[in-house]
Amino acid sequence: MAGNLAAVLGTGQTKHVAKREDVSIAGLVREAADRALEDAGLTYADIDAVVIGKAPDMFEGVMMPELYLAEALGAIGKPLIRVHTAGSVGGSTAIVATHLVQAGVHERVLTVAFEKQSESNAMWALSIKIPFSQPLVAGAGGYFAPIIRGYIRKADAPLDTGFQVVLKDRLNALKNPYAHLHQPDISMEQIVSSPLLWDPIRYAETCPSSDGAAAMVIGSEQAADASSRPVAWIHGTAVRSEPTMGAGRDRVNPHAGRDCAKAVYAAAGITDPFREIDCAEIYVPFSWFEPMWLENLGFAEEGTGWKLVQDGVTALDGDLPINMSGGVLSSNPIGASGMLRFLEVANQVRGTAGEHQVDGARKALGHAYGGGSQFFAMWVVGKDKP
Amino acid sequence: MTAEPITGIVTPIRLDYTYTPGTAPSGFLRGMKEGRILGRRCPQCSKVYVPPRGSCPMCGVEFADEVEVADTGTLVTFAVVNVNFANRVIDLPYVSGEVRFDGSDTTSMVLVQGIPVDEVRMGMRVKAHWLPREEWDFTFANIDYVEPIDEPDADYDSYREFV
Ligand SMILES: [Zn+2]
Repeated sequence: MAGNLAAVLGTGQTKHVAKREDVSIAGLVREAADRALEDAGLTYADIDAVVIGKAPDMFEGVMMPELYLAEALGAIGKPLIRVHTAGSVGGSTAIVATHLVQAGVHERVLTVAFEKQSESNAMWALSIKIPFSQPLVAGAGGYFAPIIRGYIRKADAPLDTGFQVVLKDRLNALKNPYAHLHQPDISMEQIVSSPLLWDPIRYAETCPSSDGAAAMVIGSEQAADASSRPVAWIHGTAVRSEPTMGAGRDRVNPHAGRDCAKAVYAAAGITDPFREIDCAEIYVPFSWFEPMWLENLGFAEEGTGWKLVQDGVTALDGDLPINMSGGVLSSNPIGASGMLRFLEVANQVRGTAGEHQVDGARKALGHAYGGGSQFFAMWVVGKDKP
Repeated sequence: MTAEPITGIVTPIRLDYTYTPGTAPSGFLRGMKEGRILGRRCPQCSKVYVPPRGSCPMCGVEFADEVEVADTGTLVTFAVVNVNFANRVIDLPYVSGEVRFDGSDTTSMVLVQGIPVDEVRMGMRVKAHWLPREEWDFTFANIDYVEPIDEPDADYDSYREFV
C-alpha cells in the first residue's frame, strides 16, 4: 500500500437517462456532487480540491469544460484538476483524487465525472477521417466487433454467451433506481431477435447513450475515522496503458490489463482474486467484454471466461457477482461510466448499495478501460481498514 | 399565444484541419500515389508496420528501412456493419475487415467486397482492388476495397496472433 490510507467517504450519482433537458452540464455535475457530499455528511467548505474527468471534449463540442464547471463544483480558489484517459477516465479520475489524499497533499477531495451524450454525437466524434485509413470505423461498435469475433474464435465460446450477459445485467438494473435502462419485460427472445448492428454484436448487447454524472468524496484516514457514515477503505489502485497500434498486441486479452490487475491485487495483498474478491463492477459496453475481462482480470483462465457466465457464477447470487448495478450495458454516461464502477463497489463494501447489495461484501474490484482497450484503471476497496 | 420554451438548439460543428504527416507516413502516402504499399521495419523487433509511424511503439526506437509489402493478404477478423452513422460514405451493410497484407506485421481496416456479406470468413485470402490509376492520390483510399482471391483459406495458426 503506497502512501497514507484513504477511503471513500460518500458517493452520489444522477438518475441516468437518454436526455436531461432540465439541467445544463453544470447542473448535472452539481447534482451528483451535492449527493456525494450529503452522503458523506459534508459541505463544499470541507473540500480541499476537485478532480474531474470526462471523455474527449469532441463528444459535446465544449473544449475544456472543467473551466466553466469550477463554480458549479465549488472549486473557486481551490485546485481543480482534469484527467483524460478516454473511456477509462472515470476510474483514473478517482485514482488521481485518491493519490492526492495518499500523498498527504489534501484531506478531502471531491471527484466527479460526467457525460451529457444528448448534447453530443459520440459516433461522429469517433468516426474520423485520416488519409492513411479508410472511412470504415463505425463508432466504438465498429472497432470492437472484430475483436469480439476474435474472442469467440479463440475461446470457442458458445454464441449465446453475450445474450446471457445482457439478460443478467438488465435484470440487475431493475434493482438499481439510478440505472438508465429499466426493461422489466426483457427476455432472451427479445435479445436474440434484436437487429445485428455490427455483426456479431446485436442491438440488445450494446450500451445505451446516457446523460449522467457520478461523484465521490475521498478522504484521509483521519477524515474517515471522524466520519459517522460508513466508509470504503481503498486497498489498492493501479493504472496501465499500452500502444494502441503495437504489432503483435493482443487486443482480446491486452497485456496492460493483465499487468494492471496484477498490480492492483499486489497493492491490496490479494493472491487469489476469484476467492478473495466478493464482487466486481467491470466496464462492459458490449456484452462479450464480460467473459473477455474475466480472463484479463485473472478470474478465469484464458479461453474460459464464458464458462463463468454460462454457469451463473457472475449472477447477483453467484460466487462472483459482476455488475450488480446493471453495469455499462444499462447506463453509459461515457466519462462517468468508469467512476460508476468504482463508486458502486465502494457502496457494496459500505453496505449501502441498496436492492442490488451483495450480502456480506467485504472486498470488491472496480475496473474501467478505454480507447482501443489501451487504458486501464482499477481499484480494490474493502470494508476493513487495510 | 404562448410558445414552447426553448431548451436547446442544434449547432452543427466542424473541425477542419491541414494534416501534416511525419516522415514515415509521408513515405507511405507517396507509395500509395504509385500504387505501392510501403511500411517500415523496426531495427529491434523486426516487425513491419503498415502504415508506419516514425518509431516502433513497442520498442521506442526509430524505424529503419522502408519495406514494400504485397497487396494480397489474409482477412484475420471483421465486422458486418448494419448501423447508420454521421459521415458514413459506404452503403449498408458492409464488411469492415482487418487485413494483414503479406509481409506486414500489423493489420489494416479495409472494406471487403466481391462476396456476399454472409459468406465472408476469417482466414479468407484477399487482394486489394485499386481505383483506376488516374484517380490515385496521396491516400489509402486508393485501395477501394479488398476482394477474395482463388486460394484456400489461411490456416488459423498462421494469423492467430493478429486476431
Ligand atoms: Zn520494435
